Amino acid sequence: MRALPWILLAALALAPLMGMGNYPLHMLIQVLLWGFVYTGWSVMGRLGLVSFGHGAFLGIGAYVVVMLWNSYGISPWIGLPIALVLAAVVALLIGYPCFRFKIVGHYFALVTLALSEIARLLIVALRDHTGGSLGVTPKTDLTESSYSLVAMQFSNKLVWFYIVLAVWLAGLWVWKKVDQSMARLALEAISQEEDAAGSIGINVTRLKLGITLISALMTCVGGALYAQYQAYVNPDSVAGIGISLQMVFGVIAGGMYVRLGPTVGAAFTLLLAESLRLMFGNSLHALDSTIYGLMLILFIIFMPKGILGGALEAIRRKKPMPVSAQNA
Amino acid sequence: MLSVREITKVFGGFKAVDRVSFDVAEGEILGLIGPNGSGKSTTFNLIAGALAPSGGSIEFLGRDIAGSPASHVARFGIGRTYQIPRPFRKLSLLDNVALAAYYGQSEQPSREKAYAQAQDALGLVSLPSSEHARVDGLGAAGLKKLELARALATQPKLLLADESLGGLDESEMGAAADMLAMIRDRRGVTIIWVEHIMGVLMRVVDRCVVLDHGEVIATGKPHAVANDPKVIEVYLGTDAEEVQKGIAQRQGDAT
Ligand SMILES: Nc1ncnc2c1ncn2[C@@H]1O[C@H](COP(=O)(O)OP(=O)(O)O)[C@@H](O)[C@H]1O
Ligand SMILES: [Mg+2]
Repeated sequence: MRALPWILLAALALAPLMGMGNYPLHMLIQVLLWGFVYTGWSVMGRLGLVSFGHGAFLGIGAYVVVMLWNSYGISPWIGLPIALVLAAVVALLIGYPCFRFKIVGHYFALVTLALSEIARLLIVALRDHTGGSLGVTPKTDLTESSYSLVAMQFSNKLVWFYIVLAVWLAGLWVWKKVDQSMARLALEAISQEEDAAGSIGINVTRLKLGITLISALMTCVGGALYAQYQAYVNPDSVAGIGISLQMVFGVIAGGMYVRLGPTVGAAFTLLLAESLRLMFGNSLHALDSTIYGLMLILFIIFMPKGILGGALEAIRRKKPMPVSAQNA
Repeated sequence: MLSVREITKVFGGFKAVDRVSFDVAEGEILGLIGPNGSGKSTTFNLIAGALAPSGGSIEFLGRDIAGSPASHVARFGIGRTYQIPRPFRKLSLLDNVALAAYYGQSEQPSREKAYAQAQDALGLVSLPSSEHARVDGLGAAGLKKLELARALATQPKLLLADESLGGLDESEMGAAADMLAMIRDRRGVTIIWVEHIMGVLMRVVDRCVVLDHGEVIATGKPHAVANDPKVIEVYLGTDAEEVQKGIAQRQGDAT
């Protein structure tokens, strides 16, 4: 049983080498990439900090890296740290007042919702630099070669697959580290009784800021990778209410209390989006959000622990496990 | 060790606490009593940093702590319980208390040490310290004990216990009072005990401060306070007999 996850991981890592088609490989990369982003969201979301603002961090990661490359020829390897610093500053600027003045629950969701929309509007408004709502493509550095390390551009999807696989695994590792820390317990305590948590010496503001930073930085990395992989971004795909809502939906659908839940959620949302596209074509773009919204409500009511969380619970109920295994 | 000077708390024009002053000496149990709404819990919140005073000063071990955030005050060595228990419901009893041990001391202990201290605190109030014991099963008395254990796990020098008797039956009240006395005796923790039920409290406190409408109306030894005409007027007939009974149960104290 202990070896099972490693066997599955090895199978996953080797799968693309077995002659997987281009489209399935593309889907797999997307699942891992968004799985990583959703994992980043859940690191704070499952501790009671439900953010609708992560579109902003995605957008910063995607746009800062692309703009720096396009306008100044700054390599994404330098652009990414700059984007991370910016994302951290934004996270602190929005987080500090929220946490200091106990803006929680719905109010926190609303404030962060505004943040992601501001990010989108900013990208649109700065159209001279960002390409506005038409989006932007990183200038290609692949005219002479099939890859450019400096530009973080690779025409071979396999390279992307392994990059994204590594990042996704790193995300799961962060989740585990957070999960095993006292800070996680403290944040759970905060989400249940904030004042009482303060009364036993827990620095509520600092802990919330810490987890928000981790989450924002992960999301920012995801945004940067997404832009580089797709070689195209537009404001709607990486900022604004739509993508932020989709993130929350995906995580809730997959299950945010189990480590692989967000990844299952990413697979689910991608499959859903693809099927909708096949069924209705690209003409019904606005339908996405409506369907996401409806399904979100259905999940919250009927499957609050998500697909993976619910499934694991059902299995556990059938076959009672020793208590020690439940926390594994 | 604690010196409260002229603290005042105004809630939109209404003075919940009005120039309250008192001192607490190391090792004593001070009863802070008064009828419902007299400002006892607010006074606690001011000391514990849950509320910032509108005026006055609070000195603890030579430091002015008025207006310091609650988490700092906790690490300075003041533990508090809530009148209405506020457990972390989804965590085990042990985790509830271990968090307090881990975060509530001036020097952060190792995780192992925090859990050991948590088990010790749970044992002191006779709650189960196994990792499977949950908050759900606890009744009123159990929740009060959890409040105590959590506060004690921060290894406080001063404990603020708010209405530990509320919602308890008579035998539980006696047990709770004895528990506070035991905590002081065994751990050397100084205690301020807030209570509006005077009888049982009289049995264990060394001194009383009586509040009414946010103001101190009497300070002194239990029997002196109980016979003070102003206090009798406030408590008019409520539990005069109980108070006398409580005082009669005191040990080694001439009444
Ligand atoms: N946060 C608050 N806002 C407004 N009024 C309050 C607040 N807290 C307490 N009060 C008022 O202050 C008075 C004293 O309350 P409290 O300190 O809880 O009394 P006690 O603990 O002695 O019963 C009451 O009249 C109460 O309604
Ligand atoms: Mg009270």
